[in-house]
Amino acid sequence: MKMEKAILASVTTQENKVHGSAAVFKCETKEEMEAVAANLEAILDGIAHALSDQLYIIVKH
Amino acid sequence: MNEYTYPIVFGIVVGTALRVFMLRTDYRQYPTYLHGKIIHLSLGFIAAALGTIAIPSIMEKEFTAVTFLTLAASQFREVRNMERNTLTEMDAYELVPRGNTYIEGIAVAFESRNYLVIFTSFIVTLCYLAFNIWVAIGSAVVCFLLSKVLMSGSKLFDIVTVEHSELSFDGAGLYVDNIYIMNIGLPERQEEIKKYGMGFILTPREFSVRSTIANLGQRQAILHDVSVTMGVFRDSGTPALVPLIKRDLNDGRIGVFILPQEKDPQRAKKIIEHVPVLENAIQMPSKNR
Repeated sequence: MKMEKAILASVTTQENKVHGSAAVFKCETKEEMEAVAANLEAILDGIAHALSDQLYIIVKH
Repeated sequence: MNEYTYPIVFGIVVGTALRVFMLRTDYRQYPTYLHGKIIHLSLGFIAAALGTIAIPSIMEKEFTAVTFLTLAASQFREVRNMERNTLTEMDAYELVPRGNTYIEGIAVAFESRNYLVIFTSFIVTLCYLAFNIWVAIGSAVVCFLLSKVLMSGSKLFDIVTVEHSELSFDGAGLYVDNIYIMNIGLPERQEEIKKYGMGFILTPREFSVRSTIANLGQRQAILHDVSVTMGVFRDSGTPALVPLIKRDLNDGRIGVFILPQEKDPQRAKKIIEHVPVLENAIQMPSKNR
């Protein structure tokens, strides 16, 4: 089976919100979270999706 | 030189000329290559010769010679494969791909144009031999006009109305009118999209059109055509900046989100209106009894 979509990483300021096998990046502030997400988006060729103000996921499409 | 020389030459010339006439390089940028053109001109010449020679063969009671036409059919099916393979290979390197449906449409067009050449040469030579050169010239003109009609399918403005619509963000969700397109998380991406992005709403003119514009291949063709003509604000490895089309499930409208290099809504609207309706996408549910 070919995986079409996958969560490559999650970036959060609320670490108790995320668990799982994908890499979790814990950040102190919203700005830091956005910067990390932007970097990860570029590095991983994925899209940074915002699930809430505290949680971004990087998804491979 | 015999009595068939001039009719044959005439038939071949008209057939090849028809192929030249139908071989135009337009915004689809294909075939741009000189060698690609030569391939099609040579095949057009062969098609013209096959169509032409059928008539003298019948007149000389050489009926088996007509079976050559079946050979031609398989030969030109190969043209379709060739076009399909080339375009599919190239499609992988397009920033906004054509999509398989569009490619299939182009490949079918290339094959069918050779058949049009065969018919034209056949009819022109028949007219020359049965009547005279003037009737043959007349029939050639009719064939040219017919080919022009057969060649041009319908365009999107025949089946939908296109309206420019502003893009909006609801949180991270990107919307064209009320149609959800995608989730864009990063504020800087959202800024880029607000700056470069444009939205259009395509409303079907009638019920049967809904499934045609819902076809994924048709949607991809719209995106490709707009991106080719207006440029595209993206690079490899930026999946967030990909043009997308999503559908309103309630009424069958589709929301087109594009990221052109130049922001000119009027021009983009015109381009969308002139996207060909892909034959493979056309469905006619209203013809069902």
